Amino acid sequence: MSLTSEEVNRIAWLARLAIDSDKTDAYAHDLSGILNFIEQMSAVDTSAVSPMAHPLDQAQRLRPDVVTEPDQRALFQQLAPAVDAGLYLVPKVIE
Amino acid sequence: MHEKTIAELSLGLKNKAFSSQELTQAFLARIQTLDPELNAFITVTEDMALASAKAADALLAKGEAGPLTGIPIAQKDIFCTKGVRSSCGSKMLDNFISPYDATVVERFNHAGAVMLGKLNMDEFAMGSSNETSFYGPVKNPWDTGTVPGGSSGGSAAAVAARLTPGATGTDTGGSIRQPAAFCGITGLKPTYGLVSRWGMIAFASSLDQAGPMARTAEDCAMMLQAMAGFDPKDSTCVDQPVPDYSATLGQPLDGLRIGLPKEFFGEGLDPEIARLIQAAVDEYRKLGATVKDISLPNMHLSGPAYYVVAPAECSSNLARLDGVRYGYRCAEPKDLKDLYMRSRGEGFGAEVKRRILIGTYALSAGYYDAYYLKAQKIRRLISEDFKRAYEEVDVIMGPTSPSAAFRFGEKSADPIAMYLSDIYTIAVNLAGLPGMSIPVGFSGKLPVGMQIIGNYFSEAQLLNLAHRYQQVTDWHRRSPSL
Repeated sequence: MSLTSEEVNRIAWLARLAIDSDKTDAYAHDLSGILNFIEQMSAVDTSAVSPMAHPLDQAQRLRPDVVTEPDQRALFQQLAPAVDAGLYLVPKVIE
Repeated sequence: MHEKTIAELSLGLKNKAFSSQELTQAFLARIQTLDPELNAFITVTEDMALASAKAADALLAKGEAGPLTGIPIAQKDIFCTKGVRSSCGSKMLDNFISPYDATVVERFNHAGAVMLGKLNMDEFAMGSSNETSFYGPVKNPWDTGTVPGGSSGGSAAAVAARLTPGATGTDTGGSIRQPAAFCGITGLKPTYGLVSRWGMIAFASSLDQAGPMARTAEDCAMMLQAMAGFDPKDSTCVDQPVPDYSATLGQPLDGLRIGLPKEFFGEGLDPEIARLIQAAVDEYRKLGATVKDISLPNMHLSGPAYYVVAPAECSSNLARLDGVRYGYRCAEPKDLKDLYMRSRGEGFGAEVKRRILIGTYALSAGYYDAYYLKAQKIRRLISEDFKRAYEEVDVIMGPTSPSAAFRFGEKSADPIAMYLSDIYTIAVNLAGLPGMSIPVGFSGKLPVGMQIIGNYFSEAQLLNLAHRYQQVTDWHRRSPSL
């Protein structure tokens, strides 16, 4: 299994992750190596095996639908790079 | 004072041999002297530590102290700590001051422990050598030209160098056990679900588990007591009573059945390490255990399955770091796409990017069945191997890592070579089992660790096993000359 530089760029776009254009080949090489390592899985027939989601096969717990957390928006917004009037600011999306 | 274990310090505090403030000052002074070279701490919380030590001394004076009251500890920087930078070893969170405490942190605070600071780690816990930290690598106190292991390398190095008597770690594929082995300390990765993951910055949610790192099993028992137990805030945390881990230390080992998987002693294992593990197993024979050769036939698939599951979950978990609500934002983004791409591209280091890319690829349309689903099925096979083994034996022993600590740069250019450093530990995470690493000797001047793997929720048994070994050996008492 080997990835091309174009495929690396496509995956990087899906991940919304900028990678330096001069490093694309290096990523293609590393990722292809990792995919080859992973490829060992395909030698095993797992058609009759059920996937394991939780080691103890525990199901998700339910809880009563009641408010448990106080509103801390002001505190949380102190961490944001740009806010205004309680809103998180990003570059203009709609022209 | 710094040579004492948590158990000894706890006794000293109760007997008024010293105060928590004196103890805390002694460790802070040691950090100030030795850490510039070792780089184990990202943040030292001196003022907070002295204030908590003062509060602990008041409790001790009133006779209201618990076993950890006034004991200095340090937190891996993966745990959110209110009002203190919680960076996870990344530029992405270098400016992140957590607005809340992780459950583990809250529990140590409640127990009266004194937090000395936040410990260095591989970026987002992705690494086996601490070389991926944004804050620079941690050095191994036994040989500063070698790595301390990872990802909890700051935790292991700080305990080994006696900068703190105990530290927290997290283990997704070996990140407590492998650095514990490389630095000659004791570390325990509990059963998945025993310790709350709330406020522990997620890497691979179905594998991540927090645990104690200290010099002795006795100390790990004291720390785990504070950490373990149900937390409604973590939906995968298990709701069952926590036993008294210290109460069962010292129980006899007569009739204990130890399994040695042949897959752990094959090609790739340093012969010197194999010899030390056999010598440690011989100690267990003397303590009354019987030893049996066993097989975990799907062990060779654990690496491949892990490098699907962990990156897939990491790519999903790290998607929230987008430069909008907290964390790093690139300068002058020209549009929203540019904001996302460059904030993430500039905020994450190379290994984190590699794993996000692999994970994104594995989860992308058309590949889910071939990768993630397949890996989850392999997990089942690996877990069933262990289940079968535990019908014949009580615990499994083997090396923690195929070699002792390696040199800086030795494996950092080759991701696969680095991944193989965790070859014996990752299966334990895939199955969700508890595992420990204890010091069992030296290869040259570098410590060597033995891994002990137990059945689900057998932490008390593992701690007792490690404790019995530590009563008849002194490897865990050795300290590096600094």
